[in-house]
Amino acid sequence: MARIIVVTSGKGGVGKTTTSAALAMGLALKGHRTAVIDFDVGLRNLDLIMGCERRVVYDFVNVINGEATLNQALIKDKRCDKLFILPASQTRDKESLTVEGVGKVLEDLSKDFEYIVCDSPAGIEKGATLAMYYADDAIVVTNPEVSSVRDSDRMLGILSSKSRRAELGDEPIKEYLLLTRYCPQRVKLGEMLSVEDVQDILSLHLLGVIPESKAVLTASNAGIPVILDDKSDAGQAFSDVVRRYLGEHVTHRFIELEKKGLFNRLFGG
Amino acid sequence: MGLLDYFRSTRQPTASIAKERLQILVAHERSERNKPDYLPMLQKELLEVIRKYVNVDQDAISVTMEQDDKREILELNIILPDDSQRKKPKRA
Repeated sequence: MARIIVVTSGKGGVGKTTTSAALAMGLALKGHRTAVIDFDVGLRNLDLIMGCERRVVYDFVNVINGEATLNQALIKDKRCDKLFILPASQTRDKESLTVEGVGKVLEDLSKDFEYIVCDSPAGIEKGATLAMYYADDAIVVTNPEVSSVRDSDRMLGILSSKSRRAELGDEPIKEYLLLTRYCPQRVKLGEMLSVEDVQDILSLHLLGVIPESKAVLTASNAGIPVILDDKSDAGQAFSDVVRRYLGEHVTHRFIELEKKGLFNRLFGG
Repeated sequence: MGLLDYFRSTRQPTASIAKERLQILVAHERSERNKPDYLPMLQKELLEVIRKYVNVDQDAISVTMEQDDKREILELNIILPDDSQRKKPKRA
């Protein structure tokens, strides 16, 4: 049986797809057969972030409708043979997704994958609620910013009431906080909510903090999940996240301001 | 903090304002969320039954649900009109 992980947030633009790509690649690099599914029907982007946009033939909706088999639609990653991508449809609307259809695809994938990462669209409509419906674990991606924190709390409410686990009365979905686009410098100046502030409000287990980083845009420009940029702060932060998710004890990094030299201290911004 | 920033940053830090606003908002939204979704319907139907016997106002009834560790309390509050205003209830 595969473990189903939903990457969700409510608010758009906080880093769900970046996180889904990095997490899926990280799990696969650790040797786990992993599938990552784009639930953003009509506005697919995971393929672009993963760098496989020109290899899309069939999509998630084709599989649900029986127009293609899973094997036809899954795209094998060229960098890691344990990783497969199931792209969203670009032409259909989100109504093409159904509880039964999604359930069947996840059940079939569960037979030969260890992890299934569901990249949720923004909002609380069908794509988003179906991405989380079958989840075992939820990674709530949050920016240290008021609207993102509020939306994350709203998603927590939906996770605890509208998921299959909630409906069956099973053990609840495990929820993790991933704080992204974090600027220790601005936190120190009192301009940005700190990790502790966000945890005080959301009371979630902290999976990791991803610093605001140039590497994220550079990676998406090239279609390379940022976790593969192991020199970068964001890449390393995502590697830590994957290890923590897999149960390793890894000390949190990128939360404190780095020590600066005299020159930077006097003139640095 | 750079030397230039030091002289510039005389503004009040806004992160603490953000945290306070969020704490209030999130607490409020959570209490709303935990209410069962049948409450409005329950309130409407109760009002209809009561109105068969007593002529109460639309807003004279409040139904709240509270939860503590051991139990859930459904609180029903009906404000009856004064004797002088009380009309004879219509019986079907």
